[in-house]
Amino acid sequence: MSSRDLILGRVRQALVDVPGDEATYEQAVSRDYLRVHGSLSTAETVDLLAENLADYRAIVHRSDPGGLPALLARLLGARGEPGARRVLVPPGLPAHWLDAADATPVPDEAGHTAHELDEVDSVVTGCAVAIAETGTLVLDGSPDQGRRRITLIPDHHICVVRVPDQVVSSVPEALERLDPARPLTWISGPSATSDIELDRVEGVHGPRTLEVVLLSEG
Amino acid sequence: MSGTFVGMPAFPKAAHEAVHDDTLRGNLRHATHTIRDKRARAVDELADFALLREAGKQIKDHTLRHLDRYLVQLEESVTAAGGTVHWAADADEANRIVADLVKATGQSEVVKVKSMATQEIGLNEALEAEGIAAYETDLAELIVQLGHDRPSHILVPAIHRNRGEIRDIFAREMGSWGRPAPDGLADSPAELAEAARLHLREKFLRAKVGISGANFMVAETGTLVVLESEGNGRMCLTLPETLISVVGIEKIVPTWRDLEVFLQTLPRSSTAERMNPYTTTWTGTTDGDGPTTFHLVLLDNGRTDTLADTVGRQALRCIRCSACLNVCPVYERAGGHAYGSVYPGPIGAILSPQLRGTASEIDASLPYASSLCGACYDVCPVAIDIPEVLVHLRERVVQGGEVTSGGAKVRLKPAKGHAAERAAMRAAGWAFARPAALRAGQRFASRTRRLHPRKLPGPGKAWSASRELPKVPAESFRDWWQRTNGGTTGKSPNSGTSGKGGAAK
Repeated sequence: MSSRDLILGRVRQALVDVPGDEATYEQAVSRDYLRVHGSLSTAETVDLLAENLADYRAIVHRSDPGGLPALLARLLGARGEPGARRVLVPPGLPAHWLDAADATPVPDEAGHTAHELDEVDSVVTGCAVAIAETGTLVLDGSPDQGRRRITLIPDHHICVVRVPDQVVSSVPEALERLDPARPLTWISGPSATSDIELDRVEGVHGPRTLEVVLLSEG
Repeated sequence: MSGTFVGMPAFPKAAHEAVHDDTLRGNLRHATHTIRDKRARAVDELADFALLREAGKQIKDHTLRHLDRYLVQLEESVTAAGGTVHWAADADEANRIVADLVKATGQSEVVKVKSMATQEIGLNEALEAEGIAAYETDLAELIVQLGHDRPSHILVPAIHRNRGEIRDIFAREMGSWGRPAPDGLADSPAELAEAARLHLREKFLRAKVGISGANFMVAETGTLVVLESEGNGRMCLTLPETLISVVGIEKIVPTWRDLEVFLQTLPRSSTAERMNPYTTTWTGTTDGDGPTTFHLVLLDNGRTDTLADTVGRQALRCIRCSACLNVCPVYERAGGHAYGSVYPGPIGAILSPQLRGTASEIDASLPYASSLCGACYDVCPVAIDIPEVLVHLRERVVQGGEVTSGGAKVRLKPAKGHAAERAAMRAAGWAFARPAALRAGQRFASRTRRLHPRKLPGPGKAWSASRELPKVPAESFRDWWQRTNGGTTGKSPNSGTSGKGGAAK
């Protein structure tokens, strides 16, 4: 007998006490918990996102389309002494975002080795959904966000969130908007560890600095 | 389960030694109190936490009660998404499957994201025996691995170590595994984390095979989910060409939507955060992004035996948050190693004896590793009634009875070492069934009460070593009730207080 049949047989044997006419999944699970915690206006929801991101030591900025290139140029220029020299960009990132930056855009390519990605200074991406209640950004691999590894290896990640379009209040609202078939990365603050005496330290393996730009339309 | 723990002494002996280790107790007290206060605040933020807890319990219970159906559905979805599903009945089979998969890639090293399931089966040791080096990449797991130590907590495996001990381990051991620790390494958490970052980065960047567990598997979509904080998980899950995930069969949820419950309750119960820094989900393989080959190994290893126990099966709801460890007064003092299993604390005390059976001394002692205070039940985000299962397992240990082991029903003999307890219970059962004998015994005990010893002799000695023996009253409740007509007439036979008060003493 295959182990598959063996395990499934043991499961069925173990469940002989379960009546055949048991409640269906829909009946068995009560969904009377809240979809959203509290009732905030759109602007307040964006403020909550900013507050919770900052609470987890992400650095939050606000901008509009006109001011974005200058802001990105300033953030990249402030990285270390010469500023960020090489900036990784996903294929669908609006090119003009980096017009003002004094850095070389490095388009992400399949051929890049992990070591090559380790050589870049920063990465700039968009975002799929941001969750206000938890201060979470979700990337889904869309062209403006790129492959999962490009937001992992560089030490500095700038994520641009369109507000209020990409902002939801809660985890249930976020899951509704996301496609499980896509590879998803949920990011809440920069990489952190609490493994040493439960003292939180930012940056172990992921980017040590996460900057979030809340980009309002016009 | 893991070979690391074979030959561990029973809980009382191991705990007795642990509580005399002042450093250990200090480290544990600091850590558990910090996290339990934070957890309470994080949970209080959600007004509907109790409802989320109930929904989580219902989702997991429903899934377990129809596990065969969801396992088959999961297999179909993972396969349709480009993954390959393997089934492992026990630890040996799982280890063999993983070792063969790694060998087929031609690689001799793998990077691992912390996984309870692979610790449970002793995968690292099994791979080592096949000439494959498995590098743990979670900071705490690295501390444990470099320290030739065993994990002692589900969430923070090196909770028993303080910064000074960690500094010494890094300085001493890193060089023999790869990039050495920087010269003059100090003991601040930031510097230690930086040393780990540099040490592990060279392993991540060249890794071709990654091994993980999963927090959840979605039957409907075939999606696997890993929650973590450091990014080592993301490294292992996205950089290698081949990803092998070893996951217990109980980790299924039926639908994508169910994650809305657990992604709210798990981080808050576990690290006491609104959300953990990183969560990765993957559904099979994706062209151009992440591993090109994905294997899922579904692990039984005692889970179906646990499922067969209608009281004990609720332990399979566990989402490994570790909230129960952090509130447990026994864990706080005895530490994780005393439990002799990769699953320490209250959940370990019910999970290990079910997954492994109660035949060994350590497993037979685990249901007693508790004061039954119930704090673990209060904080459990899926409402596992741990005290109920503990009492159920105590009964099994003392009385034996029918259990499922390796899929077959077997009759368990009563465990050794509980002869006195069994004799006392049998005597009590006999007496309670015979009112006349009970009355005679009680009267005899009352009359001889001034002659009773303060400590018990023989097998009762251990019990009375740390307890006062209860004083026998001058009159039994039954006699008092009869004499005073339920307290309406008469006085206590030898005091001026009311009959009720005298008899209640």
